[in-house]
Amino acid sequence: MAKELLKGNEAFAEAAIRAGVEGFFGYPITPSTEFLEHMARRMPKLGRAFVQAESEVAAINMVYGAACTGKRVMTASSSPGLSLMMEGISYIAGTEIPVVVVNVMRGGPGLGNIAPSQGDYYQMVKGGGHGDYFPIVLAPASVQEAIDSIALAFDLAEKYRSVVHVIVDGNMGQMMEPAELPPMREIPTESPPWAVTGAKGRNPNILTSIYIDPVDEEVTDLRLLKRWKEVEKNEVRYEEYELEDAKIAIVAFGTSARVASSAIHDAREEGIKVGLFRPVTLAPYPQKRLDEIAQQVERILVIEMNSGMMLDDVQRVVQGRVPIEFYGRMGGITPLPGEILEEIRRVAANEDEVEGDPRNEWMTRLEKKIMGGGE
Amino acid sequence: MNTTTQVVYERPESLTGTHTHYCPGCTHGTAHRLIAEVIDEMGLRENSIGVAPVGCSVFAYNYFNMDFVEAAHGRAPAMATGIKRVSPENTVFTYQGDGDLASIGMAEIMHASARGENITVIFINNAIYGMTGGQMAPTTLPGMKTTSSPYGRDVELAGFPIKMAELLSVMDGSGYIVRRSLHDAKHIRQAKKAVRLAFETQQRGLGFSMVELLSSCPTNWGISPQEALGFISERMIPVFPLGDYKVNPELKSIRV
Repeated sequence: MAKELLKGNEAFAEAAIRAGVEGFFGYPITPSTEFLEHMARRMPKLGRAFVQAESEVAAINMVYGAACTGKRVMTASSSPGLSLMMEGISYIAGTEIPVVVVNVMRGGPGLGNIAPSQGDYYQMVKGGGHGDYFPIVLAPASVQEAIDSIALAFDLAEKYRSVVHVIVDGNMGQMMEPAELPPMREIPTESPPWAVTGAKGRNPNILTSIYIDPVDEEVTDLRLLKRWKEVEKNEVRYEEYELEDAKIAIVAFGTSARVASSAIHDAREEGIKVGLFRPVTLAPYPQKRLDEIAQQVERILVIEMNSGMMLDDVQRVVQGRVPIEFYGRMGGITPLPGEILEEIRRVAANEDEVEGDPRNEWMTRLEKKIMGGGE
Repeated sequence: MNTTTQVVYERPESLTGTHTHYCPGCTHGTAHRLIAEVIDEMGLRENSIGVAPVGCSVFAYNYFNMDFVEAAHGRAPAMATGIKRVSPENTVFTYQGDGDLASIGMAEIMHASARGENITVIFINNAIYGMTGGQMAPTTLPGMKTTSSPYGRDVELAGFPIKMAELLSVMDGSGYIVRRSLHDAKHIRQAKKAVRLAFETQQRGLGFSMVELLSSCPTNWGISPQEALGFISERMIPVFPLGDYKVNPELKSIRV
């Protein structure tokens, strides 16, 4: 199949169809709505289930029920929708069934706006719902990578009986890029042994997230944790760009990483040895490789479209061995390559050695930038 | 003289032998049995998927001998929708109490009905929250004392009881909506016929079906099991009249 010019949300939805999704349950929300619209057009024609639910709460619970049958099912939404879905996601995690959730993130908190953001890092990566569980989080940085992430997400969800989040920002949902879709996967005819399908010729299957005896809940939580340790061991993914001889490592994911790579290109032309470390799995976080990079470079610059959420994870791994700086834009603003280039130049000139929380220095610079010089 | 033995009463295959955790005098056990008998009689046990709620019947799956899932509070109709849409060949039913269905799950039940989901809902209305220890439910009667309406439900402050059978009967997607009671043998027999017709509705693809069962909660009502049955007939039925609120004409020819 050749490359076509594809719109992000539609391409992700079609990728899910090609990956064999048998049920989609969603609720319209900008900037993810084209995902739902594509499913509305395509799923009934394929004889597969599509329901526009009354709310994101209902949508995720339809996904929960449908996933209990062992079939590939999913939803897609955007930040406020994910907040509503967190109840169901926790139940799904506690029931140990595979589900894929796509979050096309927008500016927040609250109603925020519909512009691209990475402000859901904590919510998506650190759990978000109640209780002891660990979602797998994939953060692709192009339409093509997001297409490929959808099939991977289903495979990982089934392998680990886990929730898998694919998180992109509104830029990726809305933009058009040349990309290639995979061929149509055949729908399996066999159900997994744990699925509810009607107890014909076997003992009943019960799928629940309640363990009323704390001893049983602890055993369950330990099982989830051990499974997570397997995920950490096997499923770490990242990408590197121009890092071999780099003195400065930019750490960024998704769109931020993509914008940063343009700035890196320009900075290299100026002779600044800067490279990019891009976590593809935000959970499990690629900490082993970041640890190695921290021993190689002289400075780390974290770039995000939020207030410095992944920064916490970088600081946790680096443990003060290398100075860390931060540059972020919030509220639905995507940084321009020029802004990041300026940051690279500033860091390369090694002015203003950062002491303490790199956020503090950044806040002062950002305030000056967006409010004007004088105050 | 020849003696012959005849089985006149036994546990339905659709129930496990597990002892229930329900309080003495609670009608959950009766409701469970009616569903199990109907599923047995229709030969649906190996095809059925039940959806348990949050509330006293949260462990219903321990008592039914069939595939079961356990929903979040109020979300059983959404979960049942998901199951039925990807597995339309299965018989799918929810079992929900009044807090679950008529309070936190109001959106899910109304929209499942509006969509005409081919699922069956068994709604246990005992006018109180049982599992959390007797708080006011959306179906608590005006003036009725609960731990969260200690001076009696004041309709000025806490509103009026919600009548689910009436509400769901006006939805175009509903195929069979009735209210029955479990307070005596005659009414239990009528309730069983209604449960049968609700499952028949689903089998025939006639849309959403719900049987509301007026039930007792002697523990949280603070009266004896016997008095609780009287409370249903004397206090609850006047507020929640029994009857057929919506019956698809295609069901009228079925004799059960």
